[in-house]
Amino acid sequence: MDKLKLLARRLLQALPSLAAIVIITFLLTRLLPGDPAAYFAGDAADAESIAQVRAELGLDRPLVVQFFVYLGDLLRGDLGTSLNTGRPVLAEIANRLPASLELTGVALLLALGVAVPLGVLAALYQDRWVDHLCRVVVTAGVSLPTFFTGLLLIYIFYYILGWAPSPLGRLDFLYIPPATVTGFYTVDALLAGDLEIAWAAFTQLLLPAITLGLFVLAPIARMTRAAMLAALSSDYIRTARAYGLHRATVLITYAFRNALLPVLTTLGMVFSFMLGANVLVERVFSWPGIGSFAVEALVASDYAAVQGFVLVMAILFVVLNLMIDLVYTLIDPRIRVEG
Amino acid sequence: MKRRQFIQASAMGAGSAALLPFLKYLPAHAARADTLVVAIANSINSMDIHRTGTNRPSYQIAVNLYDRLLSFGTKTMPDGSLSYDYETLVPELAESWTVADDNSHIDFVLRADATFWDGTPVTAEDVKWSFDRAVTVGGFPTVQMAAGNLESPEQFEVIDEKTFRIYTPNPSKLTLPDLAVPVPIVINSTVAKEHATEDDPWATEYLHENPAGSGAYKLEAWRPGEMTVYTRNDDWKGGPLPAMQRVIIREVPSASTRRALLERGDIDINVDVKAKDALELQEAGAVKVVGTPIENSMSALGLNVAMAPFDNKLVRQAIAHAMPYQEIFTTAAFSRGLPMWGGESAEPSDIAWPQPYPYYTDYDRAKALLAEAGYPDGFESTLSINLGLADWQEPAALLIQESLAKVGIRVQIDKIPGANWRTRALVEKSLPMHMKNFGGWLNYPDYYFFWVYQDGHLFNSMNYRNEELEELVNNTLHIPVNDPDYEPNIKRMLAIAFDEAPLIPFYQPFLDVAMQPNVEGYEYWFHRQLDARSIEKT
Repeated sequence: MDKLKLLARRLLQALPSLAAIVIITFLLTRLLPGDPAAYFAGDAADAESIAQVRAELGLDRPLVVQFFVYLGDLLRGDLGTSLNTGRPVLAEIANRLPASLELTGVALLLALGVAVPLGVLAALYQDRWVDHLCRVVVTAGVSLPTFFTGLLLIYIFYYILGWAPSPLGRLDFLYIPPATVTGFYTVDALLAGDLEIAWAAFTQLLLPAITLGLFVLAPIARMTRAAMLAALSSDYIRTARAYGLHRATVLITYAFRNALLPVLTTLGMVFSFMLGANVLVERVFSWPGIGSFAVEALVASDYAAVQGFVLVMAILFVVLNLMIDLVYTLIDPRIRVEG
Repeated sequence: MKRRQFIQASAMGAGSAALLPFLKYLPAHAARADTLVVAIANSINSMDIHRTGTNRPSYQIAVNLYDRLLSFGTKTMPDGSLSYDYETLVPELAESWTVADDNSHIDFVLRADATFWDGTPVTAEDVKWSFDRAVTVGGFPTVQMAAGNLESPEQFEVIDEKTFRIYTPNPSKLTLPDLAVPVPIVINSTVAKEHATEDDPWATEYLHENPAGSGAYKLEAWRPGEMTVYTRNDDWKGGPLPAMQRVIIREVPSASTRRALLERGDIDINVDVKAKDALELQEAGAVKVVGTPIENSMSALGLNVAMAPFDNKLVRQAIAHAMPYQEIFTTAAFSRGLPMWGGESAEPSDIAWPQPYPYYTDYDRAKALLAEAGYPDGFESTLSINLGLADWQEPAALLIQESLAKVGIRVQIDKIPGANWRTRALVEKSLPMHMKNFGGWLNYPDYYFFWVYQDGHLFNSMNYRNEELEELVNNTLHIPVNDPDYEPNIKRMLAIAFDEAPLIPFYQPFLDVAMQPNVEGYEYWFHRQLDARSIEKT
């Protein structure tokens, strides 16, 4: 009951920020110097056809009127129609967001699987070879641009070795996508009991996920190492050791658990950052994700699509932060999430 | 056993064993003889070329899924590759056409056996509805129709079920070729009308996602951002039945990925090849590269004559002599084009188009001209490039910046993204020095001059106006090429453009396409989209 109340209160608190986002994105898209009417009037437009398109798009009306029309649509759950794709923005996002979430999720899991043990070991064996390895991996991950890592991986594993499937998005075109339940192809295929398609979808995911994962290894590994070092030099660990507790208990129950809090905070930031930043990876791997949709919309000054994208992302971040807060209370019982 | 062989084997075995795998696999791969796998760079965003906002890659839907009344013939280029032939019109839906003796109208007789995909016959009623739509919906289709003097529904008349008439109150040489461009498609009007509403009388919402035509291919799947799949319409009457049973078009935004896919043999044809890749692939020789000069198109520098000092002809000529033409051609274009500089005389000897302008790199000449114009120490300006075309414009701009510095002209490079570019360069026409690459669909020099050199037209980003040229273009645009005035008029236009130099061309770019050695029948089209109907695999 308490948890539910808390959830509701936190969601209410997010409303003012969402309202601000709605207003700001509306104004910002209009402030952009591009003119969608000129863009969408096409290759051989004249002044008359541009004016015609402008009227058709409702862009000849005063800004205030446009805003209230937008607001009215929004309240009805209508994010408008993308000019670029000619389909409802909501449908486009519903179609593309799972692709990005699946990729980002797998990439984050991969990054965690490598970065957390690496960070812990680097802290335990400070200035030994593991620590140096950690430093090298972290520096490499951060300094290699994602499109370069992506192309390099394609070159080695697809072009030269032929191990990876063709970098053609979520599924090799031999396969028909599984029936949509979650929108995650691997999960949906497993739900449908089709191991072959699940495997195919997973192999398509691997290279882009590694590319993206490499990029975020650094913040996670660094944060884990630092948090672990802080925990290990703290009084309670010294006490625990003095009591002669088992090494594993000291490390896992006391040191690691305490070190997890800052790592979790970083994780929230890293995840949001990844969702926005994976547009380059999407391009290299022909991934039909939300990032390429947003960039195309931005280039074309496709107002409804840009506004819809920003709004959905904002909602996603609100939910994500709330989830992280809730996970805090599980890790550290002292923390009570107050409204 | 390789993965591909395995999958083929299992798909074949499945035919007798179980039906399930048929649902699981699209029988689609570059390895199959009757399937064509194509990679394109940008998303196909609509099935309807008449919609506001339909982008260029979507024109291939109009080409492959719909028929027009007419089409163009095929010719062989000097290098042995194929190109459409703008001098020959051939039947598509119209089996014959007659121009009235007094030029007042043109009658088209439709093929008796032509049907839409749903089996209903194609009638003159459908043609009229489709043409009415194109001239009424506004935006690009309406402008394109107007280029052939097709401007109002009153011009289109149904004579009987299979005879359609176009009235031509202003006869033009552009009218018939304009019927063979992708825009004047013939839509199944019965299907469209069923989905028309009061607010949407032309069924734009329905046709945006659901094509309804009579073309050589039918739509099998369309997943924007991923792929589009066509299957052959075995009842097609508009021409010889295509060899390819199924065409899969994959959207692959990264040029490097497209190249890797082709070299690995996972796709048959890459229709968006960067100049650099074209050069390297051709040298490597494992795949076939076809580069066709894009008709009626030039990569050029525009000078805005409404802004000082570009209002001074001597300054413009000086700049034309301070361009590093050869470096731009080799470094920015990777020699994928035809040089458009170094013409022999300021008076054109023929009306070949495009042809080299009479300028070449000569810094002393440039300095002398600048001094004569009153700018012995040069001046400062801004050179704008379109970020969407950065792969040639950015290196070219850097080379130009360096060259101009040699004659005292100091320029800043200003990079402008997509939608913005249209607004600032073409609509506001507010860029002093800027890169240009207009290409006209109808292959006549006067058509190029109409769009680029005539005052007030969209692609005249130079704000250029010359009274003599205005009149010449107006007098030439609609007269036939065998008119005695045609050739002298074109020569005079060229001479004015050479001398006045508001536009300084560098080269005529290639359209580069790379394909597997077993892909035959690829044909260059002015619309620069793949016409899959002529492709075969050997």
